[in-house]
Amino acid sequence: MSNLKFSSVLKTSILSLVLAFTGNVSADPVKAAFVYIGPTGDHGWTYAHHKGVNHLKSVMGDDVIVTEVENVAENSDSERVITSLARKNDIIFTTSFGYMNPTAKVAARYPDVKFEHATGYMPSENVATYQARFYEGRHVLGRVAGGVTKSNVLGWIGSFPIPEVIRDINSAYLAAKSVNPDVEMKIVWVYTWYDPGKEADAANALIAQGADVLFQHTDSTAAMTIAEEKGVYAFGQASNMIDWGPNAQATGIMNDWGPYYVERVQALKDGTWTSAETLRGVKEGMVKFAPMNANLPRDVKNDAMKAIIDLATGAIHPFTGPINKQDGSPWLAEGETAPLGDLLGMQFYVEGIDSQFPN
Amino acid sequence: MNESLFVNIIIGITIASAPLIFAAIGELLVERSGVLNLGVEGMMIVGALMGFVVQFHTGNPYLAILAALFGGMVIASIFAFLTQYLLTNQVATGLALTLFGLGFSAFAGRGYTEETIQLITATHIPILSDIPFIGPLLFSMNPLVYLSFLMVYLVWWFLFKTKQGLILRSIGDNHDAAHAIGHNVVRYRFIAILFGGAMAGIGGACLSLVQVPIWGEDMTAGRGWIALGLVVFASWMPSRVVLGALLFGGITILQLHAQGFNIRISAQYLSMLPYLATIFILVALRIRLKNKTNRTVPNCLGRIFHSTT
Repeated sequence: MSNLKFSSVLKTSILSLVLAFTGNVSADPVKAAFVYIGPTGDHGWTYAHHKGVNHLKSVMGDDVIVTEVENVAENSDSERVITSLARKNDIIFTTSFGYMNPTAKVAARYPDVKFEHATGYMPSENVATYQARFYEGRHVLGRVAGGVTKSNVLGWIGSFPIPEVIRDINSAYLAAKSVNPDVEMKIVWVYTWYDPGKEADAANALIAQGADVLFQHTDSTAAMTIAEEKGVYAFGQASNMIDWGPNAQATGIMNDWGPYYVERVQALKDGTWTSAETLRGVKEGMVKFAPMNANLPRDVKNDAMKAIIDLATGAIHPFTGPINKQDGSPWLAEGETAPLGDLLGMQFYVEGIDSQFPN
Repeated sequence: MNESLFVNIIIGITIASAPLIFAAIGELLVERSGVLNLGVEGMMIVGALMGFVVQFHTGNPYLAILAALFGGMVIASIFAFLTQYLLTNQVATGLALTLFGLGFSAFAGRGYTEETIQLITATHIPILSDIPFIGPLLFSMNPLVYLSFLMVYLVWWFLFKTKQGLILRSIGDNHDAAHAIGHNVVRYRFIAILFGGAMAGIGGACLSLVQVPIWGEDMTAGRGWIALGLVVFASWMPSRVVLGALLFGGITILQLHAQGFNIRISAQYLSMLPYLATIFILVALRIRLKNKTNRTVPNCLGRIFHSTT
C-alpha cells in the first residue's frame, strides 16, 4: 500500500518536473461551449451541430472540454446563457441566426473570449461567422423536386423569413423551374424552428392544397413523417431523416460541421485563431446529401448527381442571371452570378414565386 | 375550394383543437373546485411521452391512451399532495410541476427520439361515413376527437346535473362553508386534480399519437398555457371550452391554409386574436363580477384551504 503511494507521488513529481521544463505550450485543454436553439434529439439542425461536436471530441480528445446548452430561446435568455458561458470558456459557438445580437453584445464585454456565430452577418474582432452554402444543396433538391412532381405544386414549410431561408427558397424554386417550367411553390411560415405539431399541421395543409413534394426549413422530423403517411416526397433537413421517411425521403441536405469545429478549436489552441467569415458548401464538404431514394426516376437521379458534381467543381452557381426579382425588376444580368452581399442579406423573392413576401 | 379540401381543413382543425379541449376541460373541473393548477404543460408532456412509449412497445392504442392518462395522473398527484396536504402555494407548485414535467420527459424520453409509431387514425363508421360531404365530416373523425367532445359533455353533466358536481362547485365557491356543512374539501379537490391530470395526459398524447408519430422533447410547445387561457376564455363554462379550442385550432390551421393560397393576411395578427379575446373576456367577467351578476368564477380559486376543526 505504502509502496503504491510512494510510486504515485514519485510519478506526479516527475510529471510536474517535466511540465516545468517544457513550459506552457497551451497544455491546458481548450474550453469550448455550444449554444443550441433546440434539443439535440431534434434529428435536424441541432442534431447536426451535436454530431459535429462529437466529431470534435473524438478528434481532439483530452485537448478540448466541451459544454453544450440545449433549448436556448432566441431572446434575452440567450444573452444570459452566453454571458455565463463566456465566464468559463475560451471559445463559444452560437448556432442559430437569432443569437446574432446577443453574441455581439456579450463578445464586446468579453474581448478575450472568442465567439463563433453560425449563419449571421455581424463579425468583429473576436466574433467569427460561419455558415454553409445551403442554397447549393437546395439547388440539387429543387432539381429533384421539379423532376418528380406530378401536381407541379411544391410545398415549403418555412420557419422565419430571414435571409438564410429566403435564399434557400429562391434557389430551390429557380432550380425546380429550370427542369420544369410549370412548377409552382407554395410557402407556409410557421414562425417557429421547432414545434412538431405545427410543422405537421403545415405539412398536412400543403399536401391538402396539392403539394406532392415538401421542403422544410424547420428542425424536427414531423413533416417527413406526414409525407411518409400521405405518400408524397419530402427532403430531409440538416440531417439524414431516412428513418422517418424510408419511402418519402427523396434525398436531403446533411450539414457537416465537424471538420470546421476541429479546425477552429485547434487554431485557438495553436494561437492562430483570427476572426473570419467562413462560407463553405458542397465543394468543401460542409453541405452533403442524404442517399437518393431508390424510387427516383433514373434521369432525375442522374441530373441531381451531375448538379452535385458541377457545384463541387464550381461549374455552376445556383444564382446565375438573368434573374429578376418578384416585382419584375432586374436583379442579375445575363451570366452574372449573385454577389455575396446580396445573398447574405436577401430579402426578396425571385420572379415567378406567387407568394406574398412576408412582412 | 373543393369539397375534399374543405373536409381536410375541418379535420385539421379538430385534430389541432383536441389536445386543447382535453387539457382545458380537465383544468376547468380543477378550477371549479377552487384549485389553480399551472402545471398543465408539464402533465401534458408527460402524457405525450407515456402514450408514445407504450404505443411504441405494444402497438396497442388503447393501452397507449391509458398510459397517457395514468402518466398525467401520477404527475398531478404530486401537485395534489403538495397543495392539499402540505398546503403549498398553488401558483409556485404548478409552475414547478410544469418545469419538472418538461425536464423529466426530456430525460426519460432520450431513447425514443429516433423512433416512430403507428398513428391513431380516423374511424370510419360504416354506411354513415359514406354519405357524401356529411359523412366524412361527422362520421369519420379521429376517435380521440369524439372522445374530447364526449368528455366536455360529461364534465358539464357532472358539474350541473349531479349532486357531487354541485358539492364540487360549492367547494370552489366557498370552501369554509362547504367544510362547515360536512363536505370533505380535500378529498374532492384531490380527485378533481387527478382528473385534470388524466385529461392533460390524454391531451398531450393527442400530439404524439394523433398529430405526429414522433416523440420530441418540448413538443407540447406551450399548448398547456393556451389550455389555461381557454378556461378563462370559457369563463369556466364547459361548452365554451369547445368554442374556444376550435377558435384557437381553427386560426392555426386556417392561417396555414391562407398562406398556401396566398391570401394576404398577417399571421402574427391572426395568432394574437385568441389571446386578445381572452383578455377581453377576462375584463368583461371582472365587470360582471363587480355588478354581482357573475356566477361562474370560482370564488376560492387558488386559495389555500386550511381546516381548523
